[in-house]
Amino acid sequence: MSRRILTGVVSLASAAGLVLSLTACGGTTKNDSTGSGPAASTASADPNAASKQGVKMAFLPKQLNNPYSDIEVGGGKTALDELKGEYKLVGPNDASASSQVSYINTLIQQQQDVIGIAANDPNAVCPSLNQARSAGIKVVAFDSDAAKSCRDVFINQASTQGIGEQLAKMANELAGGEGEIAILSATPNATNQNAWIDVMKQQLTKPEYSKLKLDKIAYGNDDDQKSFQEAQGLLQSFPNLKVIVSPTTVGIAAAARYVSSSSYKGKVAITGLGTPNQMRAFVKDGTVKEFALWNPADIGYLAAYAGVALSSGQITGAQGQKFKAGKLGEYTVGADGEIVLGPPTVFNADNIDKFNF
Amino acid sequence: MSDPTTAARRPAWLSRLASWDVAVIAIAIVVLLVASGTIDNFGTGRNYTFLLLDLLPIALMALPMTFIIVTGEIDLSVASTLGLTSAVMGSLWNSGLTIETIIPLCIVLGAVLGAVNGFFVTVLKLPSLAVTIGTMALYRGLAFVVLGDSAVADFPGSYTSWVTGTVGGSSIPNVLIPLIVLAIVFGVVLHATPIGRGVFAAGASDTAARFAGIRTGRAKFWLYVVSGAVAGLAGVLWTLRYSSARADNGFGLELAVVAAVLLGGVSIFGGKGTLPGVLGGVVLLSALQNALRLQDVSNEALNIVTGVLLIISVLLPNILSSTRAALQRRRRRSPSPKAGALAGAEQ
Repeated sequence: MSRRILTGVVSLASAAGLVLSLTACGGTTKNDSTGSGPAASTASADPNAASKQGVKMAFLPKQLNNPYSDIEVGGGKTALDELKGEYKLVGPNDASASSQVSYINTLIQQQQDVIGIAANDPNAVCPSLNQARSAGIKVVAFDSDAAKSCRDVFINQASTQGIGEQLAKMANELAGGEGEIAILSATPNATNQNAWIDVMKQQLTKPEYSKLKLDKIAYGNDDDQKSFQEAQGLLQSFPNLKVIVSPTTVGIAAAARYVSSSSYKGKVAITGLGTPNQMRAFVKDGTVKEFALWNPADIGYLAAYAGVALSSGQITGAQGQKFKAGKLGEYTVGADGEIVLGPPTVFNADNIDKFNF
Repeated sequence: MSDPTTAARRPAWLSRLASWDVAVIAIAIVVLLVASGTIDNFGTGRNYTFLLLDLLPIALMALPMTFIIVTGEIDLSVASTLGLTSAVMGSLWNSGLTIETIIPLCIVLGAVLGAVNGFFVTVLKLPSLAVTIGTMALYRGLAFVVLGDSAVADFPGSYTSWVTGTVGGSSIPNVLIPLIVLAIVFGVVLHATPIGRGVFAAGASDTAARFAGIRTGRAKFWLYVVSGAVAGLAGVLWTLRYSSARADNGFGLELAVVAAVLLGGVSIFGGKGTLPGVLGGVVLLSALQNALRLQDVSNEALNIVTGVLLIISVLLPNILSSTRAALQRRRRRSPSPKAGALAGAEQ
């Protein structure tokens, strides 16, 4: 008896599923599926339009209470204060794919003018972002892009080319224009790191860098201990090494820690990409002269200016459009609505205390 | 159902009014009305669409969860079943199967995962809390084995737009239809069939139910299968709604489901509860979340509100029944005709 009815429930549940699955006829597979969003806006931009005041822009970072994103959105607040806009910060406590969606829905209901989002998942936020756009809200992705079809512009912290060039430039300065250098990377297949290292290698073929010799690329797997040992190994294998360049925050800190407590201190320079907070002590004790990273506050600042420019009709997100971003100067929208922040910020003993992230 | 002597003294609907599940439904309606009247943009059609879309997975999984908790068991693996289903859906889609094949397969997979729970709980007689905490971790782990931390996103637009879409341009989401159908089926089975009575009996006293000829073990096994299948369906709908198949989908959702069921007046010890009350609990929690977010209230405050509500929902019925018992003791001492021995053991 009980079993019969329960089996009935099971089959009803499956039937409901089957009904769902039969809403479309025929078979749909990956190959004949096209996930296309609405076409990019074709509205014309008026670069001379006045910047609107009172623009309501909400920032939706990957998650709240993350020190890095706090600084990003802090930059956004600064910019909105300059532009006399209304700043708002909302976000989930966990950086899961779907958690941002209900926040986007809430922002649609609140009739914000602009949403600035660092997407946890480029596709999960897509349908709701497009709902926002059809409700007249402008969408600025920053830090971590949403799918191209569901945002107006993307603020990219740095171009691959810009980072690679900066790394080569710092290595050259620290080596005094000639000598042996080495690279301490993350994992052998890390996409970002490999792209930057490729640009560095291209740079090293240029005449101004011709006296630099790249001895080795070591891999510390973004593990503190392994990076520490690899830094040690590099210095033992190449006694004439002048500079270790580490394009990863884990590697640069481990290498600096090793050098600062060894006889190489002051003789071998460490540089690369790191955060001011982890590198502060090594800059103060003279182990590290300079290193670089994009400034997160500038990302939020630029996102806010781009949002107000979109809202005021100065740009629509099409390639080649220009807008002014306060203290950062003028920017041009690149391909696919990408706006590159510019060359990374270089940190040294003079300016490191101005940054806290 | 109700105790005859009480019924003679007081109409049944009056005593139903004093019960927690009716109170929850009333509170949910009050919250909806007040929020619609006082909070900007709450009472719009679009906001109700968002609200219903957000509560769908919780409401779906709460249906079988109600049965399971009424029998005195629990299923904490539902959110991980959702995640594993989502991950498998993504990898099958990548392998080139048709979506029409994948969806039923995913629901069957959910049923199988539920059957594993059912086997451990009913055949091996292990405590369901321990078993489903174990499978919660196991299924989530398997989901990461299947898909790692990548995501599959290119599901067909006709399906994803159906799941996020509304019925003929109204504010009613398409996905509400399967939910309503299932809610009616589950409600009828629980409250109007012998099987439902068996479920309550098993929850009130497993031994007594077995002496009465109810095969409680078999019933519980199938409840876990249904719970898994519904979680599988929720996984499919989740994946299509967010057009993103990921191993971490629905992480932590099992607690929201259990919270809604308990808030809806189902006793964690089994034997008591109603399905409408549970749906009231789901609506109440989701409406509060939606309303507080529109007011820019932080997540922390949301969690505090939810926690306080849960504690009240567990405390209040207890206070009510102990006052009732105290009143009856007093009545028994007074030389009045004897009142019913036990009230409130029905539902």
